[in-house]
Amino acid sequence: MRKFAEIRKSLYVALWFIFLTFPIMVIRINPLEKTVEWRWMNMALVGIGTFFLSFLWRYLISKKEEGSKRAEEKQNEKISKLRRLIENRKIIAGSVVAGALLAAVFPFVVSLYQTNIMTTALIYVMLGLGLNIVVGLAGLLDLGYVAFYAVGAYAYALLNYHFGLNFWMVLPVGAALGALFGILLGFPVLRLRGDYLAIVTLGFGEIIRLILENWNEFSFGPSGISNISRPPLFGIELSVQNATVYMYYIMIFLCLVTIFIVKRLQDSRIGRAWVALREDEVACQAMGIDRTKTKLTAFALGATWAGMGGVVFAAKTTFVNPASFTIWESIIILCIVVLGGMGSVIGVITGAFIIILLPEYLRVFSEFRMLMFGIILVVMMVFRPGGIISGVRRTYKFEGKNF
Amino acid sequence: MSFGGLKALDGIDLYVERGEIVALIGPNGAGKTTFFNCISGIYAPTEGDIFIMKPQAGTAKRINGLKPNQVTSKGLARTFQNIRLFQNMTVLENVMMGRHVRTNAGIAGAIFRNRKTRDEEKQIVERSYGIIKKIGLAYYVNECAKNLPYGAQRRLEIARAIATEPFLLLLDEPAAGMNPQETKELDMLIQRIRDEENISILLIEHDMKLVMSISERIYVVDYGKKIAEGTPEEIKINPEVIKAYLGEDAY
Ligand SMILES: Nc1ncnc2c1ncn2[C@@H]1O[C@H](COP(=O)(O)OP(=O)(O)O)[C@@H](O)[C@H]1O
Ligand SMILES: [Mg+2]
Repeated sequence: MRKFAEIRKSLYVALWFIFLTFPIMVIRINPLEKTVEWRWMNMALVGIGTFFLSFLWRYLISKKEEGSKRAEEKQNEKISKLRRLIENRKIIAGSVVAGALLAAVFPFVVSLYQTNIMTTALIYVMLGLGLNIVVGLAGLLDLGYVAFYAVGAYAYALLNYHFGLNFWMVLPVGAALGALFGILLGFPVLRLRGDYLAIVTLGFGEIIRLILENWNEFSFGPSGISNISRPPLFGIELSVQNATVYMYYIMIFLCLVTIFIVKRLQDSRIGRAWVALREDEVACQAMGIDRTKTKLTAFALGATWAGMGGVVFAAKTTFVNPASFTIWESIIILCIVVLGGMGSVIGVITGAFIIILLPEYLRVFSEFRMLMFGIILVVMMVFRPGGIISGVRRTYKFEGKNF
Repeated sequence: MSFGGLKALDGIDLYVERGEIVALIGPNGAGKTTFFNCISGIYAPTEGDIFIMKPQAGTAKRINGLKPNQVTSKGLARTFQNIRLFQNMTVLENVMMGRHVRTNAGIAGAIFRNRKTRDEEKQIVERSYGIIKKIGLAYYVNECAKNLPYGAQRRLEIARAIATEPFLLLLDEPAAGMNPQETKELDMLIQRIRDEENISILLIEHDMKLVMSISERIYVVDYGKKIAEGTPEEIKINPEVIKAYLGEDAY
């Protein structure tokens, strides 16, 4: 009986879609020959396609509902099993060694082009981990994150252009400038929350981009800055090929540092304060936590990684212009964090690889990139609302014995 | 304290001596919670002063206008009428948050995890667990706060407040929603906190049995004005109080 109802609903959906897409999918008018072509085949395809997709969707939803009911009973068991699997030292050690080996030999087994793509993905891992501090841990929805990325990139571009400073000198400068701008943005938005915060930060991101685009004397306007030098290896300039590989290893190193620091911050007094601030601001203050200071540290530390990421980006592409720092970048980085699982380091890494690598390897769909993100996010929100890897925040457990 | 034209608190003066348990009672909307909010820095009082005198210091210190976190660091802790726990954190983590104000590891400490930070972290966990055990929540220590029964959530709020090492604890309707058995346990708990931790207590409460049994002095407010103060015996027979608050089903 239930099945029948589902089929009927799917049929309605299919009919509705046929009706909606009729003008574009079925009718084709040829203005030169003044003929109208009726492509009934398309109508049939749309109908059948939507019918099956809709049915599949309903089927998965009902599965999920059944699942969640059952899961509630079994949850504890399941989690402990999963935990044991994750916490099994042999498995951890094995996968870490395998991952390290793969990462180490990667540039030698694949083409330069792929190494380059992987470096890009790693930059996004770093950006994602940085934004994760702000959005995932402290719960501050920041849509202007790309501004700090731009600050880092232009810091390197300009310092390199005017003073000839090299990559390694500017890397800490980029990080510091990122942090500084993080605090500058942080101050005016301290009182804002949720959607208001999102809108103001979004505005901030656009302001930075517009300044870069219009202040020709400073940033060379829309044409940007080119011929930025690549990072030198012990003072030696590398060929393009070697520099690409070198860049990859630099990014691997920076990502490891980022993961290490982010993990440590997460499991610290400050990290706990961020999470608590996200949970309840009033209670947080009653616990003696300085709201202003805690929020500003989150903004500053998040922006630090964006600043560094920007320096790496400028060094990698050897060219920056404002078009690289549009609102879409912010949204992509946010997608990485949300898709991967807010607050989870492994989740963010997974998210970055999916969001950056998938479109690269599925070139066929490249025109539908945004559409694909949309679909992925909707599917995720329905089936895994916490992100691909969720609920892995390390909670403090007490295993004490003699008290 | 006024909100626009509304005078929510009008010339209430109240003091708590060291080691006292004092109750603040009055009908709903009388301004009791507002009074707490003024003391704890959530509102800055439009008029009047709040002084604290730490036992060691000897001189009184004016604290109005301070931010809530500064008030907490001065040694005043509070709970909330509508429970405000960190819902998705465990019981242990909730209490650990209370230790925040008495610890000071910074960003560098977090990243490098030096000896001092490690010791501090260990001390935070151990102290927190000690408090949890004392409050009788050891059974739930690794449970998410939102999964706790109502009475346990109220006690967790108290545990979290004690973790900030206050000398005065402000409890806003701690027995609300508790059954008689839980209320009785709460009664004993509050007395124990006062005796063992040497913390003075100011509580707002509607449960008259609890108020009368536990408090040494009682203040009664109505429409933002103090209408009576005294020992439980005096309050019970005060005609003003009976008229304004206790109503027909008086003692
Ligand atoms: N932030 C506020 N803005 C305006 N009025 C408020 C605010 N907070 C409390 N009030 C008013 O102050 C009065 C006292 O409220 P409250 O202190 O919560 O009472 P009680 O805790 O005694 O039940 C009420 O009339 C309430 O509406
Ligand atoms: Mg109240």
